[in-house]
Amino acid sequence: MDGPPVNAMLLADGRFPAGGHAHSGGMESAVAAGRVTDIDSLARFLRGRLSTAGLSAAALAAAASVEDADWRALDTEADARTPSAAVRWASRRQGKQLIRTAKHLWPGRLDVLAGQIPQGPHHPVAMGAAVAAAGLGAADAARCTAFNAVAGPAGAAVRLLGIDPVQVHGLLAELAEAIEQVVEPAAACAAGEIDILPCPGSVLLDLFGEQHAISEVKLFAS
Amino acid sequence: MRHEPKRPLRVGVGGPVGSGKTALVAALCRSLAEQFNIAVVTNDIYTTEDADFLKKQGVLESERISAVQTGCCPHTAIRDDISENLEAVEELEIRFAPLDLVLLESGGDNLTATFSQGLVDRQIFVLDVSGGDKVPRKGGPSVTLADLLVINKIDLAPLVGADLEVMRRDSIAQRGERPMAFCALNRPGGASEIVEWLIGQVSTWAGPSPAPL
Repeated sequence: MDGPPVNAMLLADGRFPAGGHAHSGGMESAVAAGRVTDIDSLARFLRGRLSTAGLSAAALAAAASVEDADWRALDTEADARTPSAAVRWASRRQGKQLIRTAKHLWPGRLDVLAGQIPQGPHHPVAMGAAVAAAGLGAADAARCTAFNAVAGPAGAAVRLLGIDPVQVHGLLAELAEAIEQVVEPAAACAAGEIDILPCPGSVLLDLFGEQHAISEVKLFAS
Repeated sequence: MRHEPKRPLRVGVGGPVGSGKTALVAALCRSLAEQFNIAVVTNDIYTTEDADFLKKQGVLESERISAVQTGCCPHTAIRDDISENLEAVEELEIRFAPLDLVLLESGGDNLTATFSQGLVDRQIFVLDVSGGDKVPRKGGPSVTLADLLVINKIDLAPLVGADLEVMRRDSIAQRGERPMAFCALNRPGGASEIVEWLIGQVSTWAGPSPAPL
């Protein structure tokens, strides 16, 4: 893996133009349901999301970044780990947009992925492939994905609740250790059997995804 | 050498909340739907109200109108991260090919919101006189960069103490020769000047310039 480390920063940056800004990762529904109201409830939401959807996604991304990864099989695994149709849609939408941008930055194999899964690969699969195209490895793929799993919803909470962004970033810094605790096991199983990748679920996140899809007033796409 | 089929002209319609963007899009569709093959993408901040309004107006078949959510940030979706909008535009272009024109209405936003060149080929910025006659003087990228500046609700000018001559003079100072249209979109034929401008743009559209080698 000989890509410059800064490539991972580009991919994890919330300003990376791949549609992420329009998705809240369940935060909008959580706010609407009164589950997230302040910095403390936000912290609980993010820790829960990181250790469930975050770990599952980080492991898929790590596996998608290894040489000769079977992207189609990993994409099916992502489907199997995502019970909510609305969340699957949001994941594929963001995966498609990530590939659109990333293949412009690092041309080559990402065209193969786009051809294999034309409706858009799941976001973690796209992220793993993009990290590999950027010349980086499984830990980078896991870290970008785990960080996105909390940074995206945290940004949405700033916009939806007007929570002090300094406090929210303090919270993200506090989560650094917890993020690494997800990165390590995710990267460790990257080259192993794909059907035994971690699959922790969060029923509430799936319900939030479904509720969001049918709510009339929404600011975010998911 | 293979010639790609020409893609439709993509036109952004931006402007502050309530200035008349949706009214303009409705008027343009009503006037042009017979001569051009058109689709519309809306970026309402909340819900799909603008898309629903356009559908109720019956100006286009509802399948030709697509609504995109912008995560509280309408300017991000048209400028910094155009992915969602590009996706929606391309879906419509494939589904209703060959389109002549795609109109993309931004969510109501501030005076600095401008469309990315990666998303649209032309942009219209809609102001209204009740927002204050000082707005053109304040400038900003949207007033200065728009291909057409529309100043709507001129019928209200005497009621809100707006001086149209001041607006015209300041707009010329900001924009030079670039066109502008004073109008009252709620009047019959209120959009005719803009319709004429847009017909000219669509008729002379030769497709995007080829990427530099």
